[in-house]
Amino acid sequence: MMAELLTTTALPIILVGAMVGIASSAVGTFLVLRGNSMLSDAISHSIVFGIVIVWLLTKQQSGPIQLVGAALTGLLTVLLTEALASTKRVKQDTAIGLVFPALFSIGVLLLNIYAHDVHIDTHTVLLGEIGFVWLDTIDIFGLPIPQALVSMSVMTLLNYAFIGLFYKELKLATFDPALAKTFGFMPSILFYVLLMLTSSTAVAAFDAVGAVLFIAFAIVPASAAYLLTDRLWMMFIIGALISIASSISGYYLAVHFNVSIGGMMAVMTGVFLILAFLGGPRYGIITQRIKRRRASQTPVEPPPLS
Amino acid sequence: MAWLELLSDYTFQNVVIGASLLGLISGPLGCFAVLRRQSLLGDAISHAALPGICLSFIITGSRDIGGIIIGSLITGSAAALTMLMLTRLSRLKTDAGLGACLSIFFAVGIVLLTYIQGTNNASQGGLEAFLFGQAAATLRSDLWVMGSITLITLLLLAAFWKQAKLVTFDAEYARTLGMPTTVIEASLTAMVALAVVVGLQMVGVILMAAMIVAPAAAARQWSRHLGGMLAIAAGVGIVSGVSGATISTLSRGLATGPLIVLTATTIVLISLALAPGRGLLWGVIKHYRQKSALQQQQLLYTLYKHAADPSRAPSTLGSPRMLNKLKQQGYLTHSPRGASLSPPGWELTAQGQAEAKKVVATFEGLSS
Repeated sequence: MMAELLTTTALPIILVGAMVGIASSAVGTFLVLRGNSMLSDAISHSIVFGIVIVWLLTKQQSGPIQLVGAALTGLLTVLLTEALASTKRVKQDTAIGLVFPALFSIGVLLLNIYAHDVHIDTHTVLLGEIGFVWLDTIDIFGLPIPQALVSMSVMTLLNYAFIGLFYKELKLATFDPALAKTFGFMPSILFYVLLMLTSSTAVAAFDAVGAVLFIAFAIVPASAAYLLTDRLWMMFIIGALISIASSISGYYLAVHFNVSIGGMMAVMTGVFLILAFLGGPRYGIITQRIKRRRASQTPVEPPPLS
Repeated sequence: MAWLELLSDYTFQNVVIGASLLGLISGPLGCFAVLRRQSLLGDAISHAALPGICLSFIITGSRDIGGIIIGSLITGSAAALTMLMLTRLSRLKTDAGLGACLSIFFAVGIVLLTYIQGTNNASQGGLEAFLFGQAAATLRSDLWVMGSITLITLLLLAAFWKQAKLVTFDAEYARTLGMPTTVIEASLTAMVALAVVVGLQMVGVILMAAMIVAPAAAARQWSRHLGGMLAIAAGVGIVSGVSGATISTLSRGLATGPLIVLTATTIVLISLALAPGRGLLWGVIKHYRQKSALQQQQLLYTLYKHAADPSRAPSTLGSPRMLNKLKQQGYLTHSPRGASLSPPGWELTAQGQAEAKKVVATFEGLSS
């Protein structure tokens, strides 16, 4: 009985977890490279506000409207942050720290007021429940596919379509924004689109992993990849591989210890980050130490006497 | 509920005292965090308190506040240290280090929380409350602990005031003076963890970031001195705490934490707009005044030049409002001789002539 349940639910859960990681780390890669990782923190908290507002207006808890609403909320968060910082009265990081708790608080209060009618409670919003994704399925080609898997796949496609279409532009805008501007690439517009995609991904990932764990999926695999390679395209591949590995290992560890599956998957991304931090072939702490020791042991050729 | 009845309400008293203590500690410590550009470190530390809370529960088997404080202090500081290590020893930037620590420590917390729930311990109820805070459940005994932490922290801050100040504003100089800057910086960060601990019960780990940032950001607008800024931040923290708690009690059902945070945010917005000197509103008024002063000077200049050389008569003069204003100041007068002007009937008075000469001197001095 238990084994049967496992075989029927394990695959969808692992697939959703991997998909959350692949979609999030795609946009997260750019956040890490640009030094804006904490915007994922801000966005993932403030979309609680967006979700509640969209729900109040349309009575829809998921679907395309929620994704669009999230994109707009993400944009609002970033624009508010930039508006505050542009007054020069507060610094950028302070502005982030002011905006997202405020939006999050309004979201929570609205949930308080309309709590009787809403299915989304603060607990789900924060933690998600990836273990139940297989309960909510839609039939595609006669197969019951979890809804979360569909929406995460759509977001993965959207993210990679955008990155694929504007790969050159994004690359230049990330590594040399000034040059990108002189070429007329409008780096700020590209960045806004990227943040809107980040917000939509966060909402799509919400039911599965919740607000805070989304940050782990967005930032941690990308950070680990950054420690392992100097190539941008390689970062996406490594990020995706770490996401898949975290999803699989996290699932089985969580089942074994009977703990939160989403939480365990996020913890596993952290384990991979530490591994990359310590053992990375080029930037790893251990590798560098070995290199240094070798360098000090190899005798230095004395300069030839002339 | 009548006010008197409210004030004598036991729960309400506890919540108000707790919220005041939170403001008293988070405001001053937030100032150091904000000035040292570590606004978001508070966010990471507060999220990282969750595994500490759960660990202490697993070890002690109860919701004892002492254990929770020690636990969250340890994991909060561990998160801050991990962040420092990740960014100092690898090429990860501060933001990625913060984001990674925040989310991973929180994830560990969630895993431990679900582990505790799986063990079905009866006294585990309410652990989740630390996510959002549970102000109404504050006990008198909790207040004593919170109060002691606040007192000790503020005393420490007072004792090492000079060092903290110097490290905040000029760490390089402090180092040349032989101060143990790393120790002082680490202590200031650890103190943020103390503020987080006090706030756990009131606003929860998620919103604690705002209690570090908001009062400090508001206070920064009102004062140019560190001491003044700290005092104002403490005041802002207390006011937001007390008003948030009061609104929450009166509204019955609205969460305390978000209300406290929103009050603090409102105070920040008001401060940004109105604070003397730095306020945005004063900036706008100053700009408008300068603009209108310049227009007045241009008007006087034109009239003066016109009187000397009628061929330079302007097609139009300034707005009627400005003309009237200059008349009130005694620079202009209605005169039939000015009929050739458009709009007709204005002439410089003797006082106006004198003022206009000054303006001409300035303008032409500038152009030469």
